[in-house]
Amino acid sequence: MGSLGSFWNEFTAWLPHVQLSHFLIVSAILFALGLYAIASRRNAIMVLMGVELMLNAANINFIAFSRYSADMNFDGQVAAIFVIILAAAEAAIGLAIVLNIYHRFQTVNVDDVSSLKE
Amino acid sequence: MQLFDVAFYVFAFITIISGCIVVFSRNIIYAAFSLLFTFFGVAALYVLLHADFLAVTQVLIYVGGILVLLLFGVMLTNNVISVEMKTGTIQTIPALILVAVVAGSLAGLSYATWKGAGVPDAAGPQTTTATLGQMLMTSYVIPFEIASVVLLVALIGAAMTARRHRNS
Repeated sequence: MGSLGSFWNEFTAWLPHVQLSHFLIVSAILFALGLYAIASRRNAIMVLMGVELMLNAANINFIAFSRYSADMNFDGQVAAIFVIILAAAEAAIGLAIVLNIYHRFQTVNVDDVSSLKE
Repeated sequence: MQLFDVAFYVFAFITIISGCIVVFSRNIIYAAFSLLFTFFGVAALYVLLHADFLAVTQVLIYVGGILVLLLFGVMLTNNVISVEMKTGTIQTIPALILVAVVAGSLAGLSYATWKGAGVPDAAGPQTTTATLGQMLMTSYVIPFEIASVVLLVALIGAAMTARRHRNS
């Protein structure tokens, strides 16, 4: 109980002073939400939205580490710019593929597109 | 609590709640529109992290580009008039367990490792655009050029892929 109490005291002292770890935890929650969308949604567009959430979570991590590094290192922000560029390309390609799937199969359900398996 | 901390909690709350609506909403239109608030919340977090250029880029590209593209995808692939836009979920319980494990371990790791990391110096906000532009043109010039080619190829490929094939 003593260790739990000291953990709780530390946690309540940590909570109101926003630091690096606060941003990392928000990013972890956002990443997990995106993972849930990818794992459980059946609509292909919902899966793409989950990918966007995960990319945003990664970007928050990059920028948070860049902000809290020793001398405001800008490398993380440049990496975030490249992530945004690739996210734009990914969304365009992904939606084009989804549109093609819809024209061919009349569905965007990712479980029904399994004709290669048969 | 200072104003910075209050602002962080407000924007983190907006981001996570609207992210939950994106993921758990059964109506895909609601999900797409609540993704808007998630992107704005993330942009606000970028501002709190002194990344002004990236916040503006986030709003321009995600809200102005990717979200509109996703909405077009929703409109083009759902028969708006006849079919309801509900989308199902599969394997909810295993996915929830997996997600709880991932979120818990990532958040616990972040808390345990970096809970003492504070702001390194009180330099105050500074503009980042000039520095980022110089870095993109000097030390990151090769990835920058490759990214431009990747974007061109991706957009041409997307246009070719999404085109209707008349004779097939």
